[in-house]
Amino acid sequence: MTPHPGRRGWARAFVTRLRSGDEIAHLITWAFAASVFLITCLLLYELWDKSALPRHKFGWFFLLTRAWDPVAEQFGALPFIYGTLVTSALGMLIAVPLGVGAAIFLAELAPPRISDALSFVIELLAAVPSVIYGVIGIFIMVPFLRKYVEPHLKATFGYLPLFKGPMMGVGFLAAGVVLAVMIVPFILSISREVLLAVPIDQREAALALGATKWESTWKVVVPYARTGIMGSVFLALARALGETMAVTMVIGGAPQISASLFAPGYSIAAVIADQLAEATSDMYYQALIELGLVLFLVTIIINTLARILILTTAGRGTAH
Amino acid sequence: MSFRDVWRKSVNIVMFSLTGLATLFTVGVLFFILGYLIWYGGSSINWNFFTKLPAPVGESGGGMANAIVGSGKLLLLAAVIGVPTGLLGGIYLAEFGGQTFSFLVRYTADLLNGVPSIVMGIFAYAVVVLPMHHGSAFAGGLALAVMLVPIVLRATEQFMRAVPVSLREGALALGASKWKTVATVVVPAGFRGIATGILLSLARVAGETAPLLFTAGGNQFWARGWDQPIASLPVMIYTYALSAYEDWHRQAWAAGLVLLAFVLIVTTGSRIILSLGFQSSRSQ
Amino acid sequence: MDASSTPQAQPAARGEAAPAPGIPKLLARNVDFYYGAKKALHGVSLDVPANKITALIGPSGCGKSTFLRTLNRMYETVPHARAEGDVRLDGEDILTMDVTALRRRVGMAFQRPNPFPKSIFDNIAYGLRVNGMHGNLKEAVEASLRRAAVWDEVKDSLHKSAYALSGGQQQRLCIARALAVNPEVLLLDEPCSALDPIATAKIEELLFVLKDSCTIVIVTHNMQQAARVSDQTGFFLLGKLIEVNDTRTIFKKPARQETEDYITGRFG
Repeated sequence: MTPHPGRRGWARAFVTRLRSGDEIAHLITWAFAASVFLITCLLLYELWDKSALPRHKFGWFFLLTRAWDPVAEQFGALPFIYGTLVTSALGMLIAVPLGVGAAIFLAELAPPRISDALSFVIELLAAVPSVIYGVIGIFIMVPFLRKYVEPHLKATFGYLPLFKGPMMGVGFLAAGVVLAVMIVPFILSISREVLLAVPIDQREAALALGATKWESTWKVVVPYARTGIMGSVFLALARALGETMAVTMVIGGAPQISASLFAPGYSIAAVIADQLAEATSDMYYQALIELGLVLFLVTIIINTLARILILTTAGRGTAH
Repeated sequence: MSFRDVWRKSVNIVMFSLTGLATLFTVGVLFFILGYLIWYGGSSINWNFFTKLPAPVGESGGGMANAIVGSGKLLLLAAVIGVPTGLLGGIYLAEFGGQTFSFLVRYTADLLNGVPSIVMGIFAYAVVVLPMHHGSAFAGGLALAVMLVPIVLRATEQFMRAVPVSLREGALALGASKWKTVATVVVPAGFRGIATGILLSLARVAGETAPLLFTAGGNQFWARGWDQPIASLPVMIYTYALSAYEDWHRQAWAAGLVLLAFVLIVTTGSRIILSLGFQSSRSQ
Repeated sequence: MDASSTPQAQPAARGEAAPAPGIPKLLARNVDFYYGAKKALHGVSLDVPANKITALIGPSGCGKSTFLRTLNRMYETVPHARAEGDVRLDGEDILTMDVTALRRRVGMAFQRPNPFPKSIFDNIAYGLRVNGMHGNLKEAVEASLRRAAVWDEVKDSLHKSAYALSGGQQQRLCIARALAVNPEVLLLDEPCSALDPIATAKIEELLFVLKDSCTIVIVTHNMQQAARVSDQTGFFLLGKLIEVNDTRTIFKKPARQETEDYITGRFG
C-alpha cells in the first residue's frame, strides 16, 4: 500500500471514482460554483464595455462636469454624485445615532426576550421593499415635510444656506430622511450583535469601580465594540449609496446641485432608474451605464472595508 | 450625595431614556408603515384587484391581475435559474472546495450580494435587452436570478457545513460513495436551513423594482411567453404611485399591502421554521 | 512482536468465502501513517484472525484509532493524511480495492452514536439501499436489529426518529446499521465510552455472539473491557504496536516492560 501506485493505478482509481459518480458530482458542482465567479467577471466586463463611448469622449471629466443634457449629448456625473453623497450623508447623520442608540438599549438595558423580539421586528424593516418606502414617502412623508417640518426649519434656521429656497416637500431632505429609515435596521442589528459579544467581565470591571451603567456602557463597552460598529456604519453607507426606488420617488428628479436641502435633486441610482428605459441614443444609455459602473466600484470598495472592519471585531474587541 | 453623583445619575437616566426612545421610534416606524398600508390599501382590495386587468386611464374598476401573475412568472424564472446555481455551488463550497478557488467564489458571491440591485438590472439590460432591442420577462428574470444566487449559495454552504462530521462518516463507513453521502445524508440533514435561505431570497427578490424597470418593463395586458415585456407588482406600484390619478393611487396602496404581506409572511415564516428546526433535531 | 497465528477454526458462517486456512482475515505489515509531515504510526504489523475479537489498548493519542481507521480507509476523508505499508483483507490489498466495496466488507461503529436524522427503519435500510439492494428490506432490517439485540426494544416504533432512543439504544442501532450490509469485519472505535455500565454490558454481550459470524476489532481505553471481551490484545504506545498476544498472556505475563507498566496502571 504505497502512496504512488504508478500511472496504471492512478488511471484505474480515476475510472473507479468516475463510475461511482464522485467525479461527476465534483465537476457539476464545480461548474455551478465557477459560474458565480464568471457572472461577476461578466458583469464587470459589461459595465466597462457598454460605457466605452462616454469614457472615451469625456474621460475623467465625466465625474467633474455638471451638465446633463441628453439632447446636446453632454453628460456629466457631478449632480448625481453630489445628490448621492448629500442624501447618504443626511441619512447616515440621522440613522447612526438612532441605530446605535437603539442598539445600546437593546444590548444593555432590555431584558433578553424583549431584546430578541424587538430585534426581530426591526429586522423585518430591512425586508420591506424599497418601493413601499417610496409610496409612504410620497403620500405621507412628503406632504408632512412640506406642511410642517420644512416651514419650521426655515423659520428657525432659515439664515443657513441649507434651509433656503422654495419648500416643495420633495428634495434632498426627503430623500435623506427616507434613507435614514431604511438603513437604521442594518446599523441596529449589527451593532447590537457586536455589543452583545463584548465579554461580561469588561462591564463588571467598570461597575466594580463604581461607574454608573451608562458610564460603563459608553466608556467601556461601546469603545470595545467600536470597530464592529464602524463596520455596520460602512455597510449601511453602502446600502444608502445604492438605494434606488424610495430615493427616486421623493428626490424630485432635477439634475442640479444646490446647497439647500429643500431643493429637488437626483442620485446616481435614481437617474438610472428614471432614464435608462427611455435612453434614445447610444451615448445616452452608455453614460447611464457609466454611472452604474461608478456606483458599482464605490459600493465594492465600501463593502470590502466594512467586511474587514466587522471581521476584525469578530474575535476580539478593539480595546488594547 | 454630592452634586457630581446626582449629575452622573441623571445622565444615566437621561441617556438610557434616549436610547429607549430611539428603539421605540424605530419599532414604531414598522407599525406605522403597516398601519398606513392596511388603512389606505385595505379598502381598495377587492375581487377586481386580483382578477381584472388595468382599466384605461380615468376609468375605475381595473385591477392588477397581470402584475400579480407577472411577478409570479418572474419569480419562477429567477428561481429556476438562481436556486440550482446557488444550491449546487454551495454544495461545492461545503463538500468539494479547494482553497483558492473557494475563496474566489465566496468573495465574488459576497460582492454580488452587496451590489445595488439596479446594477444587476444593468447587467441584464446589457446582456439581454440590448441584443433583443426590447424588454422581456427573460431579462427581468435573469436580473432577479443573479440577485438570488449569492443568498442561496451562502445559506447552502453554511447549513451544509453545520451538519456534523459524524453523520458523514457514518454513511461513508457503510460503503456510500461521497456524492451519495452528500445527496442522501448531508443535504437532507441541512435541508431546513437551506430551504429557509431559498425562501428568504425569494421574499427579498419579489419586492425588487429597480432592476425590472428597464428589463421586464411593464405591460398593461397579459404577457405571452418569456420574450415580451411583462408587468410586475413592484413596477405597477411605482408607476401608479407617481401617476396623477386618484384611483391609481388607491390601487398602488392596495398593491403595496399585498406585496408587503407576501414579503413579511414569507420572511417571518421561514425564520420560525428555522428556529423550530433547531429544537426538534437535537439528539439527546 | 508476536504474530498471533491461530488459523481459522470454523469457516465463516453466512456463506462468505472462507479464506484459505493459515491466512488471517486482516493482515497489516509495516504500516506507517502520516498527518501531513507528522508521523502517527511507526511500522505497525498485526494479524487479525477470523471470528475472533481483537482488542487494541493503550493511552490516549497513541495511534489505536488511527490504526483502526486505516483498516477501512476512513482516513481518506482527512486532507494530508496518508498511509504506507501493506494491509490485506483475505489476502487482497485494500488500497487497490474499490473503497466503497471495502467499506461494505469492513464495517465500523463510532465512539459517539451517530444515527442519521431519519427513522429507525431508514437508518438500517440506508446501507442496503446505498449498496443497491432494494428488495424486501423489512426482513433484512429486522434481521439486523435482532443481531444487534435491539429488535425487541424498537420493533413497535420503526418509523419513529432514531433520536428518540437512549444513548445505549442508539449505539446498538448503529451497530445494527453496520451489520445490515453483512460485513465480514466489524471495527468498533471505543463504542462504549459514551455509555453507562448497563448499556456497556449489553454491547459486550452482543460482541460475544457476533464473533461467530464476524471478525471484530475493538479499540478501547478500558482495560477491563479488553480483558473481558477479547481473544487477542494489542498494546499501542506512541504510534508503535509494542506487543500483541492472546489476551490472557498479555494481561498475566506481558513480554514487554511498557505493557506491564500500562496494565498495572503506572501510567494512564
